[in-house]
Amino acid sequence: MSKSIALKEPHPPGDFAIWVIIYVEFITFALLFLGYAFSRRLDVELFNASQLAVNQTSGFINTFILITSSYFVVKAVQSIRNMTQESQKESNIQASKWLLLAILCGIAFLGIKITEFSHIFGMGIHLSTNKYFMFYIMLTVFHFLHVLLGSGILFIIYKKTKIYGYLPNDSKGIETGASYWHMVDLLWIVLFPLVYIIR
Amino acid sequence: MKYSSQAVAKPYFIFALVLLAGEILFGLLMSIQYVYGDFLFPLIPFNVLRMVHTNLLIVLILFGFMGATYYLIPEEAERELWSPKLAIITFWVFVVAGVATILGYLFVPYATLTEITFNELLPTMGREFLEQPLPTKVGIVLVVVSYIVNVSMTVLKGRRTVITTVLITGLLGLAVFFLFAFYVPDNLIMDKFFWWFTVHLWVEATWELIMGAILAFVLIKVTGVDREHIDKWLYLIIAMTMVSGILGTGHHFFYMGAPEYWLWIGSISSAVEPLPFFLMILFAFTMSRDRKIKHDNEIALTWAKGTAVMAFIGAGVWGFFHTLAPVNMYTHGTQLTAAHGHLSFYGAYIMIIFTVISYAMPILRGRPHGNSKKAQNVELTSFWMMNIGMMGLTLALSAAGLVQIFDSRVGTELIGFMESAESISSIFMIRAGFGLLVFIGLLTYFYSFFVKEEA
Repeated sequence: MSKSIALKEPHPPGDFAIWVIIYVEFITFALLFLGYAFSRRLDVELFNASQLAVNQTSGFINTFILITSSYFVVKAVQSIRNMTQESQKESNIQASKWLLLAILCGIAFLGIKITEFSHIFGMGIHLSTNKYFMFYIMLTVFHFLHVLLGSGILFIIYKKTKIYGYLPNDSKGIETGASYWHMVDLLWIVLFPLVYIIR
Repeated sequence: MKYSSQAVAKPYFIFALVLLAGEILFGLLMSIQYVYGDFLFPLIPFNVLRMVHTNLLIVLILFGFMGATYYLIPEEAERELWSPKLAIITFWVFVVAGVATILGYLFVPYATLTEITFNELLPTMGREFLEQPLPTKVGIVLVVVSYIVNVSMTVLKGRRTVITTVLITGLLGLAVFFLFAFYVPDNLIMDKFFWWFTVHLWVEATWELIMGAILAFVLIKVTGVDREHIDKWLYLIIAMTMVSGILGTGHHFFYMGAPEYWLWIGSISSAVEPLPFFLMILFAFTMSRDRKIKHDNEIALTWAKGTAVMAFIGAGVWGFFHTLAPVNMYTHGTQLTAAHGHLSFYGAYIMIIFTVISYAMPILRGRPHGNSKKAQNVELTSFWMMNIGMMGLTLALSAAGLVQIFDSRVGTELIGFMESAESISSIFMIRAGFGLLVFIGLLTYFYSFFVKEEA
């Protein structure tokens, strides 16, 4: 009986407000994805030809990095959730280590993305070059800003774990940040095949 | 009233309401000109009436914001205003500058006005909403700067809250974006960009912060809901407003010579713009439902809820109607734009001023529990008269806009502008009727101030 209560998780995890933001982000990106899909259908050849200019390998590495970072964030959340009265310090230290790894992944993603952008912009490509590059730049730059913000959020949580700021039964804050990070990850998982791969 | 310096808000509120009466009066005159083209000819031409109508709107909102700020800042910061004297001096400076400018519009031909106000030194005149002569524009800057200094000093020395932070951010944005009014590039497209940087980033970004802060303040006062709870809503709303609102500037760049990508950025980000307004409705009604106290000033809460609803309808729904680029291609510059303009300004900014006045004015007049039941009932009547009037006016303008679109823009058998204007003259008659209802509603509102207190 007590077990079933213990297993019952509050849904959705994290603060309700973050879910409002997440859904709005999903709507915004969905509109951009749909715009991309419909525009592509009107000129498949142009999209296919332009796609050759973007680096699939760095895109793939970034996908791998983001998924891995999400794993680290999950481990960090678990450390805080499984905390007991006695293990407060250890759990916070454990979480901070996982978070640091996740933040490093975020920074790696941003670094690779900057190299990719400098290559693309170095070729003289800009928003008005053609429809493909318009969407490529809008989507990837918009997503880039989200990774930047997400890394910032993870860093704030990281700082709290460094001062052992999370207490037992107090995982809401870290879950809020983690939910945002998973959203950033999920958006990339749709964006990557759509813009980089599908021909 | 907790702090005596809050009293400086009173003249600001009163003058804002006086200007509102003027604004509606000039609107009414124009609505008659729409039906009878030679009405008031050659005394006041349409373009002058329009300029007075829109400029009064902007100035009255600024007066309303200033009054609201001077009222709420001492309570939030938990100390007296830094300099009540400065607030009173700037009030009179702003009144004199404002009245002189309006009189200038009415009695001096605009071309002469540009000559006698040194426009050739730094040409800034002639742009819609920003028609003010150079001395007035400089005056606005000085008044706004002194206002921000006064407010910031008060907050820096006192308690800092989410409301004061959001409010001051909005005020700084208001001041900074007004500076674009001083830059008029020769290139017409560049000119439009910079013009929108003032106009759009005022009404769809920074002013919304000010509005959100005032709404949050009144809701805390009349519902007694925990500040933490309200703060979270406020953060959520303004974060969404800023992101969608700033990128949403793109919806003004459609078909004006700006690159094509603005069609996408503008359409998508402004499709999201109604959402923070919807959240504002949830915010106001949730706070009202979860209220911890039952404030005797019930009408203030009614205005607060009304603001959220009408702002959503006017700015959110009516904005969305024509914000997508493919739709906007047909609707641009028709009466549908006017419909949206009227209801959004009313719903978001005029109603928030009514909200704060309805809450603060009774306290400023020594009635901490609000006006008497009878006065509140009169006010409630005026609330419905003005809301129904504005809604009717907006629907009429929307109908006129639709007729214009199908008359002259969709299909092949199109008719000219004047012919189309002829076909909507009866709709304009209806619009004028609803406009009159709004004006009578405002007079009823004024009357509510003079209802005798029950013994």
